[in-house]
Formats: sequence, structure tokens, C-alpha cells
Amino acid sequence: MDFWDILQYAAWAGAGLLVLWMVLDAARVSRRFSEDVLTSSQEGIDELAVQQQQHRDGR
Amino acid sequence: MSDVAVGQSTPTVINLKKVLGPAHVWALGVGIVLVGEFMGWNYSVAKGGAYGSLIACFVMGLLYTCVAMIDSEITSTVAAAGGQYAQAKHTTGPLMAFNVGLYLVMAYTMLEAADVLVIGDLVHAGALELGRDNVDPHPFVFLAVAVLAFLNYRGVFMALSVNFLITAIAFVSIIILWIGVHPFSPGEITQHQQMLAIQNLPELSNVPGLPYGWLGVLASFQFGIWYYLGIEGTCQAAEEVRSAGRSLPLGTMTGMITLLIAAALTWWICAGMLPWDYLGQALAPLYDASKMSGSLFLHILLWVATVFSAVASANGCINDASRAWFSMGRDRYLPQWFSAVHPTYRTPYRSILFLIPIAVAFGFTGLLAQTITFSILSGLLGYTFMPINVMKFRRKWPLGSIKRGYVHPWHPIPALTLFILCVATLFAVFLGFGSQLLAMMGFYILASIWFTFHRYKFVKRGDQFTMAWPRPRGY
Repeated sequence: MDFWDILQYAAWAGAGLLVLWMVLDAARVSRRFSEDVLTSSQEGIDELAVQQQQHRDGR
Repeated sequence: MSDVAVGQSTPTVINLKKVLGPAHVWALGVGIVLVGEFMGWNYSVAKGGAYGSLIACFVMGLLYTCVAMIDSEITSTVAAAGGQYAQAKHTTGPLMAFNVGLYLVMAYTMLEAADVLVIGDLVHAGALELGRDNVDPHPFVFLAVAVLAFLNYRGVFMALSVNFLITAIAFVSIIILWIGVHPFSPGEITQHQQMLAIQNLPELSNVPGLPYGWLGVLASFQFGIWYYLGIEGTCQAAEEVRSAGRSLPLGTMTGMITLLIAAALTWWICAGMLPWDYLGQALAPLYDASKMSGSLFLHILLWVATVFSAVASANGCINDASRAWFSMGRDRYLPQWFSAVHPTYRTPYRSILFLIPIAVAFGFTGLLAQTITFSILSGLLGYTFMPINVMKFRRKWPLGSIKRGYVHPWHPIPALTLFILCVATLFAVFLGFGSQLLAMMGFYILASIWFTFHRYKFVKRGDQFTMAWPRPRGY
């Protein structure tokens, strides 16, 4: 087994670990938060504009 | 509006994070495209000769300048993830929006697959040059997708900051190569006079320098697209930029200028160093030109830059495809499950995850030409929609009726120019990939039937219109 063989195995393993981490994290988030919260994003809402307005209003 | 801080309190609303500036928009647009200077554009040389490719470079430059101007105006106003999909939803209607969303996802996912396929091939070629053959490209294809998806999963700011760095290195490497081949000493390294002395095929052409005549030039448009394919991807960042009205036009237009410079330099270097019949079928012509320069530094630099360009393109494509998919899920054009935003990283994490196996599967096929053709065709269908889009946008909301971050000049000339060039390019694609074009059209027609008769009943029709605009003129 030479350097290139090790590199190929390392690539398979590294890629597999990264994908596994993402899948486990996604499952953890789904358990921890409700579906309503996770899918609550709204188009056309400018958070920064709202924050700036609140700042201007002294809130 | 709640900003999410996990561990402090349970959030009620989770939006995508507004952290991007003009540099990130530039990195997204140019990052997706620049790989086209390193490979792909040169197939236009096989169709129309070196001069034909140069004409295609200029004509496609005009097409994409129109795309960039039109997109900049509409997106500076419709600041929503999904880009052209969100535009179509506001200006045209649900069926058009569904198709545009699908064009975007297909264009970027297929381009991502082609990019990682190239990364695998470059590792294989690099190993071969170091004396080791039979290196399997598949693990490197998988690793490239996994690393870039991970980067995108963890946050858009870091993903596009990395893109800025590697895209800038790839762009600067083209300039270094241009300087390295002594542009002000013609004949010393570059040999334009000999290389461009192309023999015409008498039965096909009587135009000097054009081996297949003007029809060959038209056919070369099919691959001339590669010089700029994907610059419109900047629109997908609309919901995550701090100031959409400023950042998007600035990032997109400077990106387009960058690409025009890169395309011109690339053509000049390659046309002066590689015979046209070799150039027309080379895998990585700028890399080949660096080898021809005789400089080990340029040789290594261009290998690294070619890999960086493919990585940057795949990275930008993951960002854009996931935003389009996420946006369609949010409006229930697709299952709403895809519209989840990660509470910590504020990214559309399920869409990112869902598209990984598709990109890997196409990357594993090894079919570069077919994969990239799916991407080009989907992109081209999207561009053909843009003139209609901007005409409707200007008619329904004339200048002065809503605030625009950018107003493109000479309307409707850019829209008409874009439409004519799109039709010409679709004809060019039909000449080369007629059956694929018809197959793609068939796919979109079937998808439209599915949407109309099955999916449309789930769409939140009353919530489609999200911009705080006055009622459109005529309604």
C-alpha cells in the first residue's frame, strides 16, 4: 500500500465522516426544535431594517 | 424579529442570516463561472476556429452583460432567496416560477457535478504526472462534495469568504500567466501569426480564418457560453446580503467586468500557444499553455488554479442550488420540509443535504459532456425567460413606482438583445445537442404537468406575493 492508496482510503473516510456528521446534526436539530420553528423563515422580511428601526426608536 | 441564539431562548422565527457584502456576491458569481476559462470554452474553437471562438466570446459577453444588468435591477428590488425564481413568482405566475426554480436547481446541481468530476480527473492527472497511474477519482469526487457541502452547512459567510480567496487566486493566476508569456514581445513565447493561420475547408467556408464559415461561428456559441455561465447566480444571495440594493448590482457588475477581462486574456494566451485543432479538444487549455511556457512555477500555479476554480464553482453551485430548492419548499412548490433553516448556522441545511447524493451520483458517472450540457440547457432556458421577466416588471411597476437599487439603461434594448441572442444560442445548441435539448424540454413539460395537476394544490397562493410594493399597474 503506497501513499496514493492511503490517500484514496483517507478521502473515502473523510467524506463519509463529514456526511455522517451532517446527517446526525440534522437529526439532532429536528428532535430539538419543532417543525413550525424550523420552517418559519419568511421571504421579504428584512431583519436588519427592523433592528435599525428599533434602534432608532430607542427600543 | 427574533435573532436566533440557541441556548439563550427558544426562537420563534428563524431566517437566513444577513451577513454578506459585495465581495461575497462577486465571489459567488465569478467563483461559479471562472472554471469556464480554465476548461470548456475551448470546445468553441473546434466548432468555429480560434477567431470564431473570439466572436463567440464577444457575443456571449453581450448576452451575459444583458443578463447581469437585468438581474441587477430586479434582484435589487426582489431581495429573496431563489433569485430568478422569486422574480418569476412576482412578475409572471406560479407555473413559470416553478419552471424557473427547476432550471436553477438543475443548472447548478449539474454544474456542481461537472466541477467535482473535473476535480477527480485533475487529481488523476496530477498523480499520473508524478508517476502513479490508476488512481481512482471517485473518492476525490465524493470528498470534494462532502467538504463543500459541510462548509455551506456551517454558514454562508465562511463558505463565500473561502470562495472569495480561491477565486481571487485563480483569477490572478490567469494574469500572472499572461505576464509570464511576455505579451509585449509577440513571437517570443506566443506565436499568434502561425497559430491563427487557419486553413479553411473550401467546401464549407470562403471566409479567411473561419474554417467552417459563419455557421461554425454560430455553432461555437454553444460553448462560448462557458466563458460566463453562472454569473446570474449572484441573485441567489439576495436574502443573505446586508444591503441588497447596493451589494447585488455592485457584486454582479464587477463580476461581469472581471469575467470579460479573464475571457479575453484566456483566449489570447491559448490562441497564441496551442494549435487550434488541439485547442478545440483539450481538457484544460490554460494548464496546457502553462506547460508550454517552460516555467515550472507557471506549471504548478496553473494546476493549483485549475483545481481552485473547479472547487470555487462547485462551492457556489451548492450555495445556489440549495437556496433555489429551499425557496421553492418555503412556498410549498416542493414539500415544505425542505424550507427548514438551521437554528445555529442559519443555512437551508436540509436542502444542502438533499442535493449531495444527486451531485455525487452525476459526478460518479464520468460523463462530463452530458452533465454540463444539462446545466447549459437549463441555464439557457432561464436566460430566455429574463427578457419576458423584465418587460413585465417594467410594465407592472414602472420607474418611480417602487424603489430600485439599480436601474439598467436603454430598456428595452438589453431585453430584446438578450432574447435574440438566446434564440440564436438555443439554435446553436440544437445543432450540437439536439436530442438532449428535446429530452430536457420533455422533462420540463412533464414536470409542469405534475406541478399543475398534483403539486399546485399545496401552494400557499395567498402568501406568494411578499414584497411591500404598491398594486401593479393595470390591476
